[in-house]
Amino acid sequence: MATTKTILSKHETDEIDRWLERFPKDKAQSALLAALRAVMHEDHYLSTAKMDAVADYLNLPKIAVYEVASFYSMYELDEKAAAKNTIAVCTNVSCMLNGSDGIVEHIEEKLGIKMGETTADGEFFFKVEEECLAACCGAPMMQLNHVYHENLTNEKVDELLDAVRSKRSLKDKEAS
Amino acid sequence: MSNSDNKFVTITINDKEIEAVPGSMLIDVADKSDIHIPRFCYHKKLSVAANCRMCLVDVEKAPKPLPACATPVNEGMVVWTRSERALTAQKDTMEFLLINHPLDCPICDQGGECELQDLSMEFGSGSSNFHEMKRVVVDKDIGELVATEMTRCIQCTRCVRFGEEIAGMREMGATGRGDRMEIGTFVEKSLDSEISGNIIDICPVGALTAKPSRYHSRAWEMMQTPSIASHDSVGSSVKLHTFKQKLVRVIAAENEDINECWISDRDRFSYQGVYAEDRVEKPMIKYNGIWKEVDWSTALDRTVENLTEVAAKDIAVLASPRATLEELYLLQKSMRGIGVSNIDHRLRQIDFNDQESAGAFPSLGMKIAEIENLDSILLVGSNVRKEQPMINHRIRKAALNGAKVMCVNPMELDFNYEVDTQRVSNPVEMINTLAIIAKASYTLSKNKIPAGLKDLFTGVRVNKIDKAIAENLMKSKKSAVFLGNISKQHPGYSTLRALSKAIAANTKSTLGYLSESANSAGAWLAGVVPHKKEADQVADVIGKNASEMLSRAKKVYVLLDLELERDSDNPQQAKAAMNQADTVIAITPYANKSLLALADIILPSAAYAETSGTYVNTEGTWQSFKAAAKGSGEARPAWKILRVLGNKLDVKGFDYVSSKDVRNELRELCKDINNENSVSVEGIYTKLDDVPTQCLYRIGNVGEYSGDSLVRRAAALQKSSPEQNAVQLNSKEIALLGLKDLVDDNSKEVTTVEVKQGEVVVSMPLIINDYIPDKCALLASGTQSSSLLGSAFGEIEITA
Repeated sequence: MATTKTILSKHETDEIDRWLERFPKDKAQSALLAALRAVMHEDHYLSTAKMDAVADYLNLPKIAVYEVASFYSMYELDEKAAAKNTIAVCTNVSCMLNGSDGIVEHIEEKLGIKMGETTADGEFFFKVEEECLAACCGAPMMQLNHVYHENLTNEKVDELLDAVRSKRSLKDKEAS
Repeated sequence: MSNSDNKFVTITINDKEIEAVPGSMLIDVADKSDIHIPRFCYHKKLSVAANCRMCLVDVEKAPKPLPACATPVNEGMVVWTRSERALTAQKDTMEFLLINHPLDCPICDQGGECELQDLSMEFGSGSSNFHEMKRVVVDKDIGELVATEMTRCIQCTRCVRFGEEIAGMREMGATGRGDRMEIGTFVEKSLDSEISGNIIDICPVGALTAKPSRYHSRAWEMMQTPSIASHDSVGSSVKLHTFKQKLVRVIAAENEDINECWISDRDRFSYQGVYAEDRVEKPMIKYNGIWKEVDWSTALDRTVENLTEVAAKDIAVLASPRATLEELYLLQKSMRGIGVSNIDHRLRQIDFNDQESAGAFPSLGMKIAEIENLDSILLVGSNVRKEQPMINHRIRKAALNGAKVMCVNPMELDFNYEVDTQRVSNPVEMINTLAIIAKASYTLSKNKIPAGLKDLFTGVRVNKIDKAIAENLMKSKKSAVFLGNISKQHPGYSTLRALSKAIAANTKSTLGYLSESANSAGAWLAGVVPHKKEADQVADVIGKNASEMLSRAKKVYVLLDLELERDSDNPQQAKAAMNQADTVIAITPYANKSLLALADIILPSAAYAETSGTYVNTEGTWQSFKAAAKGSGEARPAWKILRVLGNKLDVKGFDYVSSKDVRNELRELCKDINNENSVSVEGIYTKLDDVPTQCLYRIGNVGEYSGDSLVRRAAALQKSSPEQNAVQLNSKEIALLGLKDLVDDNSKEVTTVEVKQGEVVVSMPLIINDYIPDKCALLASGTQSSSLLGSAFGEIEITA
């Protein structure tokens, strides 16, 4: 596709190329969502430099990439979102009726951060106001990284979060 | 759609029966019948968005009100635009639109000319049901020209659609979602489009306003005068806004045949130059090196004395092609009246070899509006996007319709549409490239190469790409070859012209000139060329051309609105000539340091918008305008100065009462002149040496905002285009010159280099531009940095 140098990683360009094959040649914009997802996978957030690189790679105006990136809540634009793990608790109506507010409060207390913040050790990013993730039958629910977890209780949340903590951070925790 | 093939449908709007083309939108039909439907997002030149919902109307049998901008008309449709249902829908929409709109009309520049304000007077309610917090948008700086206040934005997306559909580059967009959606650039960046200022005109609220005129005056305090823009050869229609007889703002006026409803940023913001610090307010004479202010009669008597005490052949008369037709004609008439034959306006041209075969005036050869119907276009030496933005807009429309646009230029250019072929080579090679295309056109058309041109084709071998250019022109029903400003400045202009004529003749294309200035065509018709009097009549004595007048100094120079160090091809040469002259008489609105040093008499003339006059644009349309603003001090319109001068010089026929008399006289003389360019090839051309291998060859086309005295003084435009003052090289040349380390040094924001041309060394910023061919350096003329240098095309040296 692009002939000039790009700051996109091999994984990112491979992924974009794989998606480009599925669309007509003059419809490169169709690969934009997948391209941004590939960048999210690598960096956990979309830097302006990477968005510009995607624009150049797909030959789109830069603003067209910013528009899409800022529209979907699955993309993060702030560097602070680039923690090892991302927690997204649904707070839409079904989850709210089943106690998602309590889950949010519990997580905030446990990690010592507010929604939209990242723990000081860079382990967890707690996403702001996640919209409905279409798992109302198992409300309250959350998405931890790429995985759905349903019928949450405070204990279950503790278990899940501790399980994804990196070993080093666990050690640090024990030491303190 | 042609009307003859279409049946009309009959619809009823507000009990009035109207015939309409089926498929056209309700709002269009209503507009044509003078039925007003309120709207924000709809704009007749942009795609339909239907997102503001303000144009909801009541359509019979429709279950709910429909947006008039997105509802096609059908036979028998019955519509009410003011029924209770329509009005309720419009009022409700208005209430929603006002939810987040701040009540800052008293400090908003748009106040008094705001579509939202007008419609809220009509449909708004005194109170709102919305009690929550209003949304606030943090503004980003988007450059020197457009001020943003995005909290006022109602998200009609006109500016977004303008960027995509008209400017051809999307710079504004809608980021975020839902109630957090914002219109803007997302990142802090200045708008780059050469026509970006139009978003100010189309913004229905005060979100996008003109930065240079912000907070200067209120809309209802300004007077509006229709006028004509004075920069490129398009002659766009503008409206001049004056406050207390001072020009404070320029906006676009509608003229479907010329500029539709858009104008370039240059035409919009150049007015700032009118009130530059170096405006001259009183006539001045230099006595023993010291300037003294004098009254008009002293200054004019002295002028007459200076003009009559030398032989006419020792007088040189040079005029700006931005001067009005009346000024140019009176200048020519008075000077030829006293026997002067050295008169010219072509200060940036150096190759005059074939001036006799140039025709009555350099014309587009067609109407501007016809460009969009062309099937293929060959641009020869033209940066049309920067030189004539509104012609570029028409070419873009043609290209979007499938026309093939091809160009032969000394650098690659950034177009805002798909270009079929860009043939890029150094300025001398460029002639060879054009020769290949010409040769291919001879082969394809089976026409014989005229004896005079044979030399140009020796050793020229046709290749596939260049042959395809000729074939495209040949195959097309409507095609054109356009010579641009770079060609005109080119040292081999006559060769480029001869080859272009040949290509046009062989491929049955129209030959057109995208001439330089607002009145380039007018200057020819007024006879401000050494070989022709007014109205294409051959001059009795053929005088010296601009280049000859400056290369061998004359005793007396008369300059009309010129700054030779910026307006001529070779500033060094021009200044030397002025220094040697006995007397330099300048009729000018401005006197910069250089002019004060060189001139002997300064006659202050009215600036842009302060005089009535006429411009003839590149298609040959005569457009007259009135004065809008009051002149500065004792400055007088130049046509009046020249009228008095003509009388004082005892030249006959100088009893004009108004500029209209002057125009009418010339108009009558020019009535038989048409806008066709001859394509007969005479075989006159200039042979150029190859670009020398040891040094760099300068490409010195005029900088985007440095073409004339007015735009050079427009502060906002100057700030928005710093690159015109730099020298630009490709990365290979930078490495060869050993400047790579200098450029890579991140500690400095700007890399400065020394540029030497002739004996003068000037330091200026260096920019990497890989669009420039090898062995060449782009260094614009007309700029501050180039005002000490030599010819626009020639050898230069660059060192660290």
